Amino acid sequence: MPKAAKDNLAMEFSLRMGDNCLILGQQVAAWCGHAPVLEEDIALANTALDLIGQTKFWLGLAAELEGEGRSADDLAFLRDVRAFRNGLLVEQPNGDFGQTLMRQFLFDAWHYLVLTALLSSTEKRIAEIAEKAVKEVTYHLERSSDLVIRLGDGSAESHARMQTALDDLWRFTGELMTPDSVDEALAEIGVAPDLGRIEKQWAEHVRAVLQEATLTIPEGAYMQQGGKAGLHSEAFGHLLADMQFLQRAYPGATW
Amino acid sequence: MHAVSEQLTIDEIWSLLESVPDPEIPVISVVDLGIVRDVSRKGDEVTVTVTPTYSGCPATAVIAMEIEEALRRKGADRVRIEMQLSPAWTTQWITKQGREKLRAYGIAPPVEGAPCAGALKAPPVVACPRCASDNTERVSQFGSTPCKAHYRCKDCLEPFDYFKSF
Ligand SMILES: [Zn+2]
Repeated sequence: MPKAAKDNLAMEFSLRMGDNCLILGQQVAAWCGHAPVLEEDIALANTALDLIGQTKFWLGLAAELEGEGRSADDLAFLRDVRAFRNGLLVEQPNGDFGQTLMRQFLFDAWHYLVLTALLSSTEKRIAEIAEKAVKEVTYHLERSSDLVIRLGDGSAESHARMQTALDDLWRFTGELMTPDSVDEALAEIGVAPDLGRIEKQWAEHVRAVLQEATLTIPEGAYMQQGGKAGLHSEAFGHLLADMQFLQRAYPGATW
Repeated sequence: MHAVSEQLTIDEIWSLLESVPDPEIPVISVVDLGIVRDVSRKGDEVTVTVTPTYSGCPATAVIAMEIEEALRRKGADRVRIEMQLSPAWTTQWITKQGREKLRAYGIAPPVEGAPCAGALKAPPVVACPRCASDNTERVSQFGSTPCKAHYRCKDCLEPFDYFKSF
């Protein structure tokens, strides 16, 4: 494969990873000062901070591979809805604490497995970011798995909320593991993992945790697609408007 | 401009960096923390290679600035800070001296070899930095900064920070 074509695929992949981290980080950060208990407030803020830090690496690499003089900040703050490549899962609204936690758990399990596989990526810069990020995401997954079990197998109220969250969010998980032509080309040249393999490992971990949490996976759910192609939900426009307002209104503003 | 004879040696630069504190835990230096990976010089340009602790650590930019300033004060005009991601920082790089300083400051140093991969593992046994009791419990996996967890001693009843193994 010619270098330009490989760079282009690696750029697309970095955008996908970066956008997932950015959008989830932005949403989780909104909990700062609002979580049900202080410990969770701190944990959510730290998780958001990790994700935003990882975004900086991924979008920085995407900008470098693009080679058009844009920065990570330009990519985060100056792109429109259709240019975002994150999965639909991370753009689902925060809802209650149970929704936020279930979204985090379903994402963390995927994120951890993808990053682990990326350690052997043929693109050195991608492997290096994964090496850094996987250490943080290991803690994210440990925490979200643990809390899903505690709340799922908790009181009647917490169980009901966790089950509702799972029912609402399950249909957005398939997309993360359904390869499109970009994913297939990336797997072929060893830049990114085969998503079929990730799906098997993901299902194994997620099922084990949900079972221990006494939660039931919705059956025959239709899996929504579209995020990777830039087809996002209506709420996503509002999320971006909120996140991008300052840079759009005052271009180049800094602290 | 500084003549060659006035230039800091690599050893002098390392000992200078030993006096640059970590902005979040000022009792330990950036060298104790293990984030300075290399010091080199080409002509009159000094390059310090630094690795971040956590991706989103807000202290990283401050650390780079403080290193640059410390070197400038000693006459190094051209300082370059290089960020290196790989190999990723690990708490195993915290020096022995750094660990003792952490403990004396009231932060339990990382218990190395503590499992952190995957989920559902029991948290490591961490000795209370105040009374040395092992009878402690984890309150939360995240503490006042990303690198710390929040613990409580069941003997002296004091809460404390644990510098997580990473
Ligand atoms: Zn104690």
